[in-house]
Amino acid sequence: MQAAVVVFPGSNRDRDAVRALTLVMGRAPHTVWHHATELPKADLIVLPGGFSHGDYLRCGAMAAHSPVMREVRAAAERGVPILGVCNGFQILVEAHLLPGALLRNAALKFSCKRVTLKVETSNSPFLRRYNAGEQIVIPSAHGEGNYFAAPDVVKQLEDDDRVAFRYAHSHNGSVKDIAGILSANRRVLGMMPHPEDAIEELTGGTDGKRLFESIVEAVAQ
Amino acid sequence: MTNVFSERAVDLDLAREHNLSVDEYERMLRIVGREPSLTELGIFSAMWSEHCSYKSSRVWLKKLPTTGPRVICGPGENAGVVDIGDGQAVIFKMESHNHPSFIEPYQGAATGVGGILRDVFTMGARPIANMNALRFGDPKHPKTRHLVNGVVAGIGGYGNSVGVPTVGGETEFHAGYNGNILVNAMTVGIANADKIFYSAAAGLGNPVVYVGSKTGRDGIRGAVMASAEFSGDSEAKRPTVQVGDPFTEKLLIEACLELMATDAIVSIQDMGAAGLTSSSVEMADKGGLGMELDLGRVPQRERGMTPYEIMLSESQERMLIILKPGREKLAEAIFHKWELDFAVIGKLTDTGRLVLRMNDKLYCDLPVRPLVDEAPKYERPWEKTPTPAPLDAAYDLPSAPLDVLQKLIATADLASKRWIWEQYDSLVRGDTVWGPGQADAAVVRVDETTSKAVAITTDCTPRYCVADPVQGGRQAVAEAWRNLSAVGALPLAVTDNMNFGNPEKPRIMGQFAGCIEGMAEACIALDFPVVSGNVSLYNETDGEPILPTPAIGGVGLLDDARRAVGLSLRDGLTLLLVGEPGTGHLGRTLYLREIHGKEMGPPPPVDLAAERRTGDFVRGQIQAGHIQASHDVGGGGLLVAIAEMAMASGIGATLALEEKAGLLFGEDQGRYILATNQPDVVTRAAEQAKVPVRRIGQSQGTALKLGAASVEVAALKQANEAWLPALMAGEI
Repeated sequence: MQAAVVVFPGSNRDRDAVRALTLVMGRAPHTVWHHATELPKADLIVLPGGFSHGDYLRCGAMAAHSPVMREVRAAAERGVPILGVCNGFQILVEAHLLPGALLRNAALKFSCKRVTLKVETSNSPFLRRYNAGEQIVIPSAHGEGNYFAAPDVVKQLEDDDRVAFRYAHSHNGSVKDIAGILSANRRVLGMMPHPEDAIEELTGGTDGKRLFESIVEAVAQ
Repeated sequence: MTNVFSERAVDLDLAREHNLSVDEYERMLRIVGREPSLTELGIFSAMWSEHCSYKSSRVWLKKLPTTGPRVICGPGENAGVVDIGDGQAVIFKMESHNHPSFIEPYQGAATGVGGILRDVFTMGARPIANMNALRFGDPKHPKTRHLVNGVVAGIGGYGNSVGVPTVGGETEFHAGYNGNILVNAMTVGIANADKIFYSAAAGLGNPVVYVGSKTGRDGIRGAVMASAEFSGDSEAKRPTVQVGDPFTEKLLIEACLELMATDAIVSIQDMGAAGLTSSSVEMADKGGLGMELDLGRVPQRERGMTPYEIMLSESQERMLIILKPGREKLAEAIFHKWELDFAVIGKLTDTGRLVLRMNDKLYCDLPVRPLVDEAPKYERPWEKTPTPAPLDAAYDLPSAPLDVLQKLIATADLASKRWIWEQYDSLVRGDTVWGPGQADAAVVRVDETTSKAVAITTDCTPRYCVADPVQGGRQAVAEAWRNLSAVGALPLAVTDNMNFGNPEKPRIMGQFAGCIEGMAEACIALDFPVVSGNVSLYNETDGEPILPTPAIGGVGLLDDARRAVGLSLRDGLTLLLVGEPGTGHLGRTLYLREIHGKEMGPPPPVDLAAERRTGDFVRGQIQAGHIQASHDVGGGGLLVAIAEMAMASGIGATLALEEKAGLLFGEDQGRYILATNQPDVVTRAAEQAKVPVRRIGQSQGTALKLGAASVEVAALKQANEAWLPALMAGEI
């Protein structure tokens, strides 16, 4: 399996994503600079967390127009699994690969804590090793993770079983406590909390590891 | 005679406006040998400011021990460097941004973080953790909430964005800081021990390169501003505050580390206080060389900037680099990839002079060495702080101990600071083992290939320092050493941030001298050398000084982070009180201040021999795996320390303690609470090590029980957590 982590100027959890993938895949993923007009062959693309372009203008807005995003969009259309975490989720939303928007946290402050998430579905290559309904603890660190979408969009997401995770306790003001969502083909996952930082017992638990194991297993099949 | 252009005549009045004294003005004239130009005056005033020259503190700082078997580089470089084995080094420093943070809290604090990060990655280190030590005025003071809000947002806004976890710190409140808050920021980085970068220029003719952000008119003369008292006009000083851009800093970190992986760099220094002036002068001076710069080539954000403005701007996110000849193209490509400015602005010469030109006009031609070596050095008069009178009464418990406890843990200095640290990303990089509120020191793994970790703490108890600077200085160092030992780490070295009032007042200089004396004693006794630091003086407003605050940043080493212990209690453990039992010392305690409304008496004395014996024992027991939770007995005393362990997990304890104020709330030093499932083993080992140990209870249930009384841990936690959010909501 090959994976690629896209690095934008201002990405800062690219290293965390590389580490998680290396640990689970047994080999390091490619890292791809945002100017790239071609992607290496990859079975998984990760858009990491951080503050691409300093979050200036709007979180993820400029990164969504990076040259590399044309390739990411084409890959998504081919069905290549794509994971966007935190700023990566914001970029996916700005690129219209996922619906909705991420607003400032309801408390108007950056918030870093380990949050309990409820896994809403296991029907995705990213989620097959979880059980729908189980609760996991994942670090969360963002100032603009307040998920918003129009009521009909939220209803569609729910009707299609495309809500991947919800916060078990109200966290940042997200509509219906949504923490992560899937694309219609279930192969694009955007989420605010950081599974890549929940990989090792020593540094905060392993509840995020199964997400990466799931995708490795799915690609292998 | 060199024809140096000046925009205006430089006389004594103008020199005084630049904060130079009559003596300093005359000394400058002797060095220059003619009337200096405006640009030259600006350079002198910056280099000779308290902030850059340490003119009041240098004679005292020499008394601190700065060497040790693991010390690779002590004070004098951008940061201290200490060997941590396996070819790796830890690089760290703490620095103040007090004056700017009071004037403009968000930018002041943000640029404080940015500046200290640059000091560390300048030396070749990847920053792995940030810490901070904050002091604000009375919670009820009308400016306090605004300042807390701005400082915390600024620290978070910068640190979160650059992707360096902020893993801990301390925040206290006291009316003594009403007019001058303290913002001390610390960065810890890791480098290869054989790839450390220094600042001494070398190589005649080598190019001098400017990288990073463009230079603007922000922060001009910031170092001079920070070297004077406030007098109620601080608003007018806003233009001297720098403006930070963490996005550029993040790019600068990556670009510098990428360039450092090549062999292109001779030396490198960040442009911090006094910007291009101090970086160029210090690099040339350390290398014994001269430097010629064409200021027209400096990337500029605004039109029409004068040489004076360019040299004194404190625009952020800029570095000065001496490259090896012929490496310009390689370096330029790296900085352009990261979308940063890159300009060759001059070269090294053998004249020993700083020569500055712009548009073919000569603006400065000064000898470099006297700017540094002949900077004034003052042995300012000082008065010993009078010995405080003993307490005048017994100050017994006014009500049941658990009621006093519940009240005490909801006061300013003991209340949970969760509201603050949840605004900091403490988890980015994925190496945080113990973050804020989890252990006596933060524990951060060096990288994922190892279980080696560094432990980090910041400590100081100003209410002790103001009463007895010598004991207070000792205690600040001892507490840092104790906090590292309490997680099981071997204390390595210290960075200090000396925050004091106006050094021209003998009373303030006496506080400084006393604190240094106590710190030096403790550093020697505990093998805990000072490897870097910063001095911030003139923290006074309208003649009112801050409490003397020698903040200590301590760094320790854990060979195996899996052995580190936090403070969270588990069920079924025996609680041991370890260390000299003390006398039940109530002078200067939080109990005395918060419950009896008195700030008086002597602070608790520190017995350095007992400190060492006890700490070495505790560390040994933790590393042997005998201890499941550990906490030093600090501010608030024994009962507060136990409550903090209980609140961390929700597990309670049944305690066997006499209901005396001194035992329960005294702040006798050098003590730890260890929670263990092997009490007999630990007790026997303590006896052998000649360390006093006493069984004080058993962890169980969900309540703290003392005698017939009990309180639910959840209720304590509620009170402890509620104070700061209530303050910030304007409810206090």
